[in-house]
Amino acid sequence: MGVYRDSRVLAGIAGLAAVGLLIGGAFAGLISEALDDWSGAASAFDSYLFRITRFTLWQALLSTLLSVAPAILVARALARHPVFWGRSFILRLFALPLAVPAIVASLGILALLGRAGIFADALAWLTGEPWQGIYGLSGILVAHVFFNLPLATRFLLHALETVPTDQWRLAAQLGMGPRTTFRLIEWPVMRAALPGVAGLIFMLCITSFTIVLTLGGGPRATTLEVAIYQALRFDFDPARAVALTALQIALTVVVVILLVRAGADMVADANMPVARRRPNMARGPETFFNALVILVALAFVAGPFVSTIISGVQADLVRLASDPAVHRATLTSLGLAFIAAALSLLLSLSLTMARSAMERSRGRTASPSFLERLFDTGAGFVLVVPPVVVGAGWFILLIDSGSVFSVAPVMVVTVNAVMAMPFAIRAIRPAWDGAAERHDRLCASLGISGVNRLRLIDWPSIRRPAFTAFAFAMALSLGDLGVIALFGSDEVKTLPYLLFERMGSYRTADAAGIALFLGIVCLALMMLVDRTRRSA
Amino acid sequence: MRRQFLSLLALSTALVAVPAAAQDKITIYTYESFTAEWGPGPVVKKNFEEICNCTVDFVAVADGVALLNRVKLEGKSTSADIVLGLDTNLTHEAKETGLFAPHGIALDKVDVPGGWSDDTFVPFDYGYFAIIQDTEAFSTPYKSLKDLVDGYPEQKIVIQDPRTSTPGLGLLLWVKAVYGDKASEAWENLSSRVLTVTPGWSEAYSLFTSGEAPMVLSYTTSPAYHEINEDSTRYKAMSFKEGHYLQVEVAAATTKGAENPLTKQFLEFMTGPGFQDAIPETNWMFPAGETSGPLNPAFDRAVKPAKTLAFSPEEIAANRDAWIREWLDVMSR
Repeated sequence: MGVYRDSRVLAGIAGLAAVGLLIGGAFAGLISEALDDWSGAASAFDSYLFRITRFTLWQALLSTLLSVAPAILVARALARHPVFWGRSFILRLFALPLAVPAIVASLGILALLGRAGIFADALAWLTGEPWQGIYGLSGILVAHVFFNLPLATRFLLHALETVPTDQWRLAAQLGMGPRTTFRLIEWPVMRAALPGVAGLIFMLCITSFTIVLTLGGGPRATTLEVAIYQALRFDFDPARAVALTALQIALTVVVVILLVRAGADMVADANMPVARRRPNMARGPETFFNALVILVALAFVAGPFVSTIISGVQADLVRLASDPAVHRATLTSLGLAFIAAALSLLLSLSLTMARSAMERSRGRTASPSFLERLFDTGAGFVLVVPPVVVGAGWFILLIDSGSVFSVAPVMVVTVNAVMAMPFAIRAIRPAWDGAAERHDRLCASLGISGVNRLRLIDWPSIRRPAFTAFAFAMALSLGDLGVIALFGSDEVKTLPYLLFERMGSYRTADAAGIALFLGIVCLALMMLVDRTRRSA
Repeated sequence: MRRQFLSLLALSTALVAVPAAAQDKITIYTYESFTAEWGPGPVVKKNFEEICNCTVDFVAVADGVALLNRVKLEGKSTSADIVLGLDTNLTHEAKETGLFAPHGIALDKVDVPGGWSDDTFVPFDYGYFAIIQDTEAFSTPYKSLKDLVDGYPEQKIVIQDPRTSTPGLGLLLWVKAVYGDKASEAWENLSSRVLTVTPGWSEAYSLFTSGEAPMVLSYTTSPAYHEINEDSTRYKAMSFKEGHYLQVEVAAATTKGAENPLTKQFLEFMTGPGFQDAIPETNWMFPAGETSGPLNPAFDRAVKPAKTLAFSPEEIAANRDAWIREWLDVMSR
């Protein structure tokens, strides 16, 4: 098996081993603690668990469908209008939900659709009775779509952008209408990307916690993640937590396998792009339709941000801006997020290149090996391992070493890097696979390989998506609270941590101000990345 | 085997650590809002360090429950001398671990409703749960828990989940103390006016102050915060004639801490003005010991419960799971 001697595959195996160590270590820690008493694992499986499992799956499937289906339209509309005023702003805005802590988004959504929301009167008039807010399944779905529609749009748009410009030109020369273009060019690319995107969003929704509890309206809406959290944080029953996490992973595996089966595998295009820019494709009525799609999506995503800004500016921003605690937290957040994003990009690149190398070394008809699948979808499953499980497991392991506190920042960085990895992989993979298809034979015949190839051949073609992946990972880490809260070390206070601290001591206005600040930091980051990306 | 390894490790760490630390340091595990910059932590640290000629090291975790889990996990190898921030819902479980030592101090300065005689845990503050009302949304307060439970369902309340939040568990116990076997029916009635159940106090209180619901579960002392810091009397606690459920927050020495002379000194200090003066306006609870002067008048205006409701720690430990299950069954219908 010569493929295992390929340095790209070895890099992938190393990346996978690092991820495995993080997750495996956590489980080892929990299981070692659970060995004394396994009873919690068995008693977890009762009718209540059955009910919440059903609800968990149901809301996650609906959320995925409602996020991905409209995203196809939005991504297509954006792809058919590569140049218009405000387009790049929309794309930056669409990366922001990642960095927003769930409670901030929930409050933003409630400020619009809540019982006292801006639209409460209109909704009361429409429904003919006093509006009681969107609590319940509808609230959960709206929040999940707010988080995931922009994400799906960006990923699908990335997939569309891998279509070489020549193909669009050809389509235009052949006089293809929008429908034919969709069927022959756009849909095949998006269809190839869909299982991955849908799987990713499904995993994000199945592990939802704060949104489900806050907007769900009561314990009717409870996810497995809540049960896991309760098992670890409140009852401290590691056996039950391990059993529930295993169930959560098993369910996700089943759904993702079904998704992958439903999707089609597609080989990336091997042609070199010749033309640099392509013109707006759409004409007449289609332009109107596309504009409408984009505007609706924009309003949906921007709405909660606008309400976050409105409540944010009511805070004493001048005092906050000169608060040393805010400065420290901003620096801590940026530092940790930067390292996490770099690590995440490294991991993602290693897995992506290994997967692509393995795919290309096997025959077209041979089915992918288990290892190849691990490089691809397998790595995504880290998302359904709750941060509370990773944190608690490692905590148990590290207590023996007595270095829990010094390890806290390392833990935060690694967990964030690994959790952001599935996003980064989604961003890089289409471009990488396309580049591999174009360059593999050429490189083989010229004898370019290893670092030289990465630097000279591969990097230029994946530079743009790599920057995007980096920005995504950084945004995600900026908004993360999960692991830090667990290790609770005063030295590692990030912005979301500070936000929660203020919120937890009556300082709601401060929290709103910090939320606004977090959004601004993230938007600035996206602009910076865009600029670097263009000049790079 | 693992435990043996642990204690070996602890022993070796202790051997290395003792000469360097030389007992002039006290490590206190507590919850985050205690050590926040506006919390009691910084004041307490400064005041105690002035008299003890030592260093106070705070280690903060999320909340009381996390605190107990942390100590349980660390077992005998814990570096905590004192654990500060458990409440009476947790003390029985904490005692069972065998990790806590008798405090050995006089409790004459301790002052909590119903008195205090525990030999392990020393109270440092207390509070009563209460429903806070937004007087801009409606003006007439409810007079009893029964009125609230049977009231107009369009008038909503935000509560916390007893599975993930201390106040949430507090309300569960409150309803249980008032309704006993009829608690299920009460929850069934109340559930129609519950707007949503949040994972913690912060989310609930944010929803309340953003105007989503006119009522929220919090403490009788919450209005004092708004009165003192925001000069606002908009939010008021309702006084219920059945009485209010009590939460007492306590600290205790670990078996390791019992060997540190500073531990006893700190527990004594904790019941006096150097600690207690900081409590009302930083932790927004009532002091459980001696203060140097009267509290801000805003605290005098806080609701004084007609009756103090509380289960014993043993009752809570024995029934908590069953009661939460009962609550879940009703609320998830």
